[in-house]
Amino acid sequence: MEKILTFIQQPWPWWVSGPLIAYVMFSLLYFGKGFGISTNFKTVCCMLGSCKVSDFFCFNWRDQVWNLMFIIGVVLGGFVAAHYLTPDMTVAISASTVNDLKEIGIVNPGTSYLPEEIFGSDNIWSLRSLVFLVGGGFLVGFGTRYANGCTSGHAISGLSNLQYWSLIAVVGFFIGGLLMTHLILPYLIAL
Amino acid sequence: MKHLRFMIMGILFGITLSKGEIISWYRIQEMFRFQSFHMYGVIGSAVVLGILTIQFIKRTKLKDAQGNYISVSTQEPGYARNLIGGTIFGLGWAITGACPGPLFILVGHQGWPFLLAILGAVAGTFTYGLFERKLPH
Repeated sequence: MEKILTFIQQPWPWWVSGPLIAYVMFSLLYFGKGFGISTNFKTVCCMLGSCKVSDFFCFNWRDQVWNLMFIIGVVLGGFVAAHYLTPDMTVAISASTVNDLKEIGIVNPGTSYLPEEIFGSDNIWSLRSLVFLVGGGFLVGFGTRYANGCTSGHAISGLSNLQYWSLIAVVGFFIGGLLMTHLILPYLIAL
Repeated sequence: MKHLRFMIMGILFGITLSKGEIISWYRIQEMFRFQSFHMYGVIGSAVVLGILTIQFIKRTKLKDAQGNYISVSTQEPGYARNLIGGTIFGLGWAITGACPGPLFILVGHQGWPFLLAILGAVAGTFTYGLFERKLPH
Protein backbone atom coordinates (compact mmCIF):
# COMPACT_ATOMS: atom_id res chain seq x y z
CA MET A 1 0.00 0.00 0.00
CA GLU A 2 2.78 2.39 0.90
CA LYS A 3 4.53 1.57 -2.33
CA ILE A 4 1.39 2.44 -4.28
CA LEU A 5 1.10 5.77 -2.46
CA THR A 6 4.76 6.61 -3.12
CA PHE A 7 4.19 5.75 -6.77
CA ILE A 8 1.13 8.03 -7.01
CA GLN A 9 2.97 10.84 -5.21
CA GLN A 10 5.42 11.31 -8.09
CA PRO A 11 4.52 13.80 -10.84
CA TRP A 12 2.31 12.04 -13.40
CA PRO A 13 3.61 11.92 -16.98
CA TRP A 14 1.47 13.23 -19.86
CA TRP A 15 0.55 9.72 -20.96
CA VAL A 16 -1.22 9.16 -17.64
CA SER A 17 -2.92 12.59 -17.32
CA GLY A 18 -4.08 12.90 -20.94
CA PRO A 19 -5.89 9.52 -21.11
CA LEU A 20 -7.51 10.16 -17.69
CA ILE A 21 -8.92 13.45 -19.02
CA ALA A 22 -10.40 11.54 -21.98
CA TYR A 23 -11.84 9.04 -19.50
CA VAL A 24 -13.54 11.84 -17.51
CA MET A 25 -15.05 13.17 -20.75
CA PHE A 26 -16.35 9.70 -21.62
CA SER A 27 -17.79 9.18 -18.11
CA LEU A 28 -19.72 12.44 -18.39
CA LEU A 29 -21.06 11.46 -21.82
CA TYR A 30 -22.03 8.04 -20.49
CA PHE A 31 -24.12 9.70 -17.79
CA GLY A 32 -25.74 12.00 -20.34
CA LYS A 33 -23.69 15.15 -19.72
CA GLY A 34 -21.27 17.28 -21.72
CA PHE A 35 -17.82 18.26 -20.50
CA GLY A 36 -17.84 22.05 -20.08
CA ILE A 37 -16.38 23.77 -17.06
CA SER A 38 -16.71 27.46 -17.98
CA THR A 39 -20.51 27.02 -18.10
CA ASN A 40 -20.39 27.06 -14.30
CA PHE A 41 -19.50 30.77 -14.32
CA LYS A 42 -22.67 31.43 -16.31
CA THR A 43 -24.67 29.27 -13.89
CA VAL A 44 -23.36 31.28 -10.93
CA CYS A 45 -24.40 34.53 -12.70
CA CYS A 46 -27.85 33.05 -13.25
CA MET A 47 -28.17 31.96 -9.61
CA LEU A 48 -27.17 35.46 -8.46
CA GLY A 49 -30.12 36.92 -10.38
CA SER A 50 -28.44 38.21 -13.55
CA CYS A 51 -31.54 37.22 -15.52
CA LYS A 52 -32.97 40.59 -14.44
CA VAL A 53 -30.39 42.48 -16.49
CA SER A 54 -29.78 40.14 -19.44
CA ASP A 55 -31.77 37.34 -21.09
CA PHE A 56 -28.46 35.58 -21.59
CA PHE A 57 -28.67 34.45 -17.97
CA CYS A 58 -32.31 33.33 -18.08
CA PHE A 59 -32.34 29.56 -17.87
CA ASN A 60 -33.10 26.94 -15.29
CA TRP A 61 -29.88 26.69 -13.31
CA ARG A 62 -31.14 23.48 -11.66
CA ASP A 63 -30.27 21.67 -14.90
CA GLN A 64 -26.65 22.51 -14.15
CA VAL A 65 -26.53 21.28 -10.55
CA TRP A 66 -24.59 18.18 -11.69
CA ASN A 67 -21.91 20.49 -13.14
CA LEU A 68 -21.70 22.49 -9.88
CA MET A 69 -21.25 19.17 -8.05
CA PHE A 70 -18.53 18.32 -10.55
CA ILE A 71 -16.59 21.51 -9.74
CA ILE A 72 -17.04 20.99 -6.00
CA GLY A 73 -15.33 17.64 -6.61
CA VAL A 74 -12.68 19.41 -8.69
CA VAL A 75 -11.86 21.75 -5.77
CA LEU A 76 -11.72 18.76 -3.39
CA GLY A 77 -9.44 16.92 -5.82
CA GLY A 78 -7.04 19.87 -5.81
CA PHE A 79 -7.08 19.89 -2.01
CA VAL A 80 -6.42 16.13 -1.74
CA ALA A 81 -3.62 16.31 -4.31
CA ALA A 82 -1.89 19.22 -2.55
CA HIS A 83 -2.21 17.90 1.00
CA TYR A 84 -1.79 14.15 0.60
CA LEU A 85 -0.36 13.32 -2.81
CA THR A 86 2.37 15.87 -3.53
CA PRO A 87 5.21 15.83 -0.96
CA ASP A 88 7.51 17.53 -3.48
CA MET A 89 6.00 20.60 -5.15
CA THR A 90 8.85 21.33 -7.54
CA VAL A 91 7.84 21.30 -11.19
CA ALA A 92 10.53 20.05 -13.57
CA ILE A 93 10.10 22.68 -16.28
CA SER A 94 12.74 22.95 -18.99
CA ALA A 95 15.96 24.87 -18.37
CA SER A 96 15.15 27.32 -21.16
CA THR A 97 11.80 28.19 -19.51
CA VAL A 98 13.60 28.75 -16.19
CA ASN A 99 16.04 31.12 -17.91
CA ASP A 100 13.36 33.01 -19.84
CA LEU A 101 11.26 33.50 -16.71
CA LYS A 102 14.22 34.66 -14.64
CA GLU A 103 14.93 37.25 -17.31
CA ILE A 104 11.46 38.76 -16.98
CA GLY A 105 11.72 38.86 -13.19
CA ILE A 106 10.30 35.59 -11.80
CA VAL A 107 12.41 34.78 -8.74
CA ASN A 108 12.54 30.97 -8.45
CA PRO A 109 10.91 29.38 -11.51
CA GLY A 110 9.86 25.76 -11.00
CA THR A 111 10.50 25.50 -7.25
CA SER A 112 6.74 25.35 -6.64
CA TYR A 113 3.58 25.09 -8.77
CA LEU A 114 3.43 28.85 -9.39
CA PRO A 115 5.32 32.07 -8.55
CA GLU A 116 4.65 32.73 -4.86
CA GLU A 117 5.53 36.42 -5.25
CA ILE A 118 2.47 36.83 -7.47
CA PHE A 119 -0.06 34.21 -6.31
CA GLY A 120 0.96 33.58 -2.69
CA SER A 121 -1.47 34.85 -0.04
CA ASP A 122 1.20 37.14 1.51
CA ASN A 123 1.35 39.42 -1.53
CA ILE A 124 -2.21 39.18 -2.65
CA TRP A 125 -3.30 42.78 -2.13
CA SER A 126 -0.60 44.25 -4.34
CA LEU A 127 -1.64 45.80 -7.66
CA ARG A 128 0.29 43.14 -9.56
CA SER A 129 -1.38 40.20 -7.83
CA LEU A 130 -4.84 41.69 -8.30
CA VAL A 131 -4.15 42.24 -12.01
CA PHE A 132 -3.02 38.61 -12.36
CA LEU A 133 -5.89 37.09 -10.41
CA VAL A 134 -8.91 39.35 -10.92
CA GLY A 135 -7.83 40.78 -14.29
CA GLY A 136 -6.69 37.43 -15.67
CA GLY A 137 -9.82 35.76 -14.33
CA PHE A 138 -11.99 38.45 -15.96
CA LEU A 139 -10.46 37.74 -19.40
CA VAL A 140 -10.94 34.00 -18.87
CA GLY A 141 -14.61 34.48 -17.95
CA PHE A 142 -15.36 36.96 -20.74
CA GLY A 143 -13.45 35.07 -23.43
CA THR A 144 -14.80 31.61 -22.66
CA ARG A 145 -18.39 32.84 -22.74
CA TYR A 146 -17.81 34.77 -25.98
CA ALA A 147 -16.25 31.68 -27.58
CA ASN A 148 -18.87 29.47 -25.87
CA GLY A 149 -16.30 27.16 -24.32
CA CYS A 150 -12.90 26.72 -22.74
CA THR A 151 -10.25 24.02 -22.91
CA SER A 152 -12.69 21.31 -21.81
CA GLY A 153 -15.49 22.26 -24.22
CA HIS A 154 -13.42 23.26 -27.25
CA ALA A 155 -9.91 21.75 -27.03
CA ILE A 156 -10.93 18.40 -25.52
CA SER A 157 -14.62 17.76 -26.39
CA GLY A 158 -14.79 19.87 -29.54
CA LEU A 159 -11.61 18.60 -31.17
CA SER A 160 -12.48 15.02 -30.14
CA ASN A 161 -15.77 15.50 -31.97
CA LEU A 162 -13.87 16.92 -34.99
CA GLN A 163 -15.61 20.29 -34.72
CA TYR A 164 -14.21 22.89 -37.13
CA TRP A 165 -15.34 25.80 -34.96
CA SER A 166 -13.57 24.36 -31.95
CA LEU A 167 -10.37 24.26 -33.96
CA ILE A 168 -10.86 27.97 -34.75
CA ALA A 169 -11.43 28.66 -31.04
CA VAL A 170 -8.25 26.74 -30.11
CA VAL A 171 -6.32 28.79 -32.70
CA GLY A 172 -7.70 31.84 -30.86
CA PHE A 173 -6.56 30.42 -27.48
CA PHE A 174 -3.03 30.25 -28.86
CA ILE A 175 -3.10 33.67 -30.52
CA GLY A 176 -4.07 35.16 -27.14
CA GLY A 177 -1.65 33.01 -25.15
CA LEU A 178 1.30 33.79 -27.41
CA LEU A 179 0.54 37.53 -27.48
CA MET A 180 0.32 37.62 -23.70
CA THR A 181 3.37 35.44 -23.03
CA HIS A 182 5.74 37.12 -25.47
CA LEU A 183 4.53 40.73 -25.67
CA ILE A 184 2.49 41.76 -22.64
CA LEU A 185 3.46 39.55 -19.70
CA PRO A 186 6.91 41.13 -19.08
CA TYR A 187 5.16 44.48 -18.45
CA LEU A 188 2.61 42.91 -16.09
CA ILE A 189 5.35 41.17 -14.10
CA ALA A 190 7.16 44.52 -13.81
CA LEU A 191 4.10 46.16 -12.18
CA MET B 1 -27.27 12.97 -3.53
CA LYS B 2 -28.11 11.74 -7.01
CA HIS B 3 -25.25 13.87 -8.36
CA LEU B 4 -22.63 12.26 -6.14
CA ARG B 5 -21.09 10.42 -9.10
CA PHE B 6 -20.30 13.77 -10.76
CA MET B 7 -18.53 14.91 -7.62
CA ILE B 8 -16.41 11.75 -7.68
CA MET B 9 -15.54 12.37 -11.35
CA GLY B 10 -14.62 15.94 -10.36
CA ILE B 11 -12.29 14.64 -7.65
CA LEU B 12 -10.58 12.35 -10.18
CA PHE B 13 -10.30 15.27 -12.63
CA GLY B 14 -8.90 17.59 -9.94
CA ILE B 15 -6.29 15.07 -8.81
CA THR B 16 -5.33 14.26 -12.42
CA LEU B 17 -4.74 17.90 -13.39
CA SER B 18 -2.87 18.55 -10.14
CA LYS B 19 -0.57 15.54 -10.40
CA GLY B 20 -0.12 16.08 -14.14
CA GLU B 21 1.04 19.65 -13.29
CA ILE B 22 -1.50 21.06 -15.76
CA ILE B 23 -2.50 23.56 -13.05
CA SER B 24 1.07 24.85 -12.83
CA TRP B 25 1.57 28.44 -14.05
CA TYR B 26 5.07 27.35 -15.11
CA ARG B 27 3.78 24.51 -17.30
CA ILE B 28 1.49 26.94 -19.14
CA GLN B 29 4.40 29.33 -19.69
CA GLU B 30 6.48 26.42 -20.97
CA MET B 31 3.65 25.52 -23.37
CA PHE B 32 3.29 29.04 -24.78
CA ARG B 33 7.08 29.16 -25.23
CA PHE B 34 7.13 25.76 -27.00
CA GLN B 35 9.86 24.55 -24.64
CA SER B 36 8.48 21.17 -23.63
CA PHE B 37 6.28 18.43 -25.00
CA HIS B 38 4.48 17.93 -21.67
CA MET B 39 1.29 20.01 -22.21
CA TYR B 40 1.06 19.02 -25.87
CA GLY B 41 1.32 15.38 -24.78
CA VAL B 42 -1.49 15.85 -22.24
CA ILE B 43 -3.90 17.66 -24.60
CA GLY B 44 -2.82 15.61 -27.64
CA SER B 45 -3.29 12.22 -26.00
CA ALA B 46 -6.64 13.30 -24.51
CA VAL B 47 -7.83 14.44 -27.96
CA VAL B 48 -6.58 11.33 -29.83
CA LEU B 49 -8.27 9.06 -27.29
CA GLY B 50 -11.31 11.36 -27.36
CA ILE B 51 -11.59 11.06 -31.16
CA LEU B 52 -11.39 7.26 -30.94
CA THR B 53 -13.96 7.23 -28.13
CA ILE B 54 -16.46 9.44 -29.95
CA GLN B 55 -16.03 7.51 -33.21
CA PHE B 56 -16.70 4.33 -31.25
CA ILE B 57 -19.81 5.90 -29.64
CA LYS B 58 -21.15 7.01 -33.03
CA ARG B 59 -20.40 3.82 -34.96
CA THR B 60 -21.73 1.42 -32.33
CA LYS B 61 -24.67 3.74 -31.51
CA LEU B 62 -23.71 3.36 -27.87
CA LYS B 63 -26.38 4.13 -25.29
CA ASP B 64 -25.82 6.02 -22.07
CA ALA B 65 -26.69 4.91 -18.52
CA GLN B 66 -30.35 5.88 -19.03
CA GLY B 67 -30.59 3.93 -22.30
CA ASN B 68 -30.59 7.01 -24.59
CA TYR B 69 -28.27 7.29 -27.55
CA ILE B 70 -25.23 9.32 -26.57
CA SER B 71 -25.19 12.65 -28.38
CA VAL B 72 -22.13 14.86 -28.44
CA SER B 73 -23.06 18.53 -28.63
CA THR B 74 -21.76 20.61 -31.53
CA GLN B 75 -20.20 24.04 -31.13
CA GLU B 76 -21.55 27.45 -32.16
CA PRO B 77 -20.39 28.52 -35.63
CA GLY B 78 -18.84 31.94 -36.37
CA TYR B 79 -15.34 33.27 -36.96
CA ALA B 80 -15.74 36.40 -34.82
CA ARG B 81 -17.12 34.56 -31.80
CA ASN B 82 -14.58 31.73 -31.80
CA LEU B 83 -11.53 33.71 -32.86
CA ILE B 84 -12.04 36.90 -30.80
CA GLY B 85 -13.53 35.07 -27.82
CA GLY B 86 -10.80 32.44 -28.02
CA THR B 87 -8.09 35.11 -28.17
CA ILE B 88 -9.47 36.96 -25.15
CA PHE B 89 -9.56 33.69 -23.21
CA GLY B 90 -6.00 32.91 -24.36
CA LEU B 91 -4.79 36.28 -23.01
CA GLY B 92 -6.31 35.41 -19.63
CA TRP B 93 -5.02 31.83 -19.70
CA ALA B 94 -1.41 33.03 -20.06
CA ILE B 95 -1.84 35.53 -17.17
CA THR B 96 -3.48 33.26 -14.60
CA GLY B 97 -1.70 30.16 -15.92
CA ALA B 98 -5.03 28.40 -15.58
CA CYS B 99 -8.09 27.72 -17.70
CA PRO B 100 -11.44 27.38 -15.88
CA GLY B 101 -10.90 23.79 -14.60
CA PRO B 102 -7.50 24.59 -13.07
CA LEU B 103 -8.86 27.85 -11.59
CA PHE B 104 -11.24 25.76 -9.48
CA ILE B 105 -8.57 23.14 -8.74
CA LEU B 106 -6.21 25.88 -7.55
CA VAL B 107 -8.77 27.03 -4.97
CA GLY B 108 -8.38 23.61 -3.36
CA HIS B 109 -4.67 23.32 -4.10
CA GLN B 110 -3.36 26.80 -3.23
CA GLY B 111 -6.17 28.30 -1.19
CA TRP B 112 -8.39 31.36 -1.15
CA PRO B 113 -6.38 33.75 -3.40
CA PHE B 114 -7.81 31.87 -6.37
CA LEU B 115 -11.32 32.73 -5.24
CA LEU B 116 -10.38 36.22 -6.47
CA ALA B 117 -9.72 34.73 -9.92
CA ILE B 118 -13.09 32.90 -9.82
CA LEU B 119 -14.70 36.21 -8.86
CA GLY B 120 -12.98 37.86 -11.83
CA ALA B 121 -14.20 35.10 -14.14
CA VAL B 122 -17.79 35.44 -12.92
CA ALA B 123 -17.53 39.22 -13.46
CA GLY B 124 -16.15 38.62 -16.96
CA THR B 125 -18.98 36.22 -17.78
CA PHE B 126 -21.52 38.74 -16.44
CA THR B 127 -19.99 41.51 -18.57
CA TYR B 128 -20.21 39.32 -21.66
CA GLY B 129 -23.87 38.69 -20.90
CA LEU B 130 -24.50 42.46 -20.72
CA PHE B 131 -22.92 43.16 -24.11
CA GLU B 132 -23.77 39.89 -25.88
CA ARG B 133 -26.12 41.50 -28.42
CA LYS B 134 -23.73 44.30 -29.31
CA LEU B 135 -20.75 42.03 -30.00
CA PRO B 136 -20.01 40.50 -33.42
CA HIS B 137 -20.51 36.74 -33.52
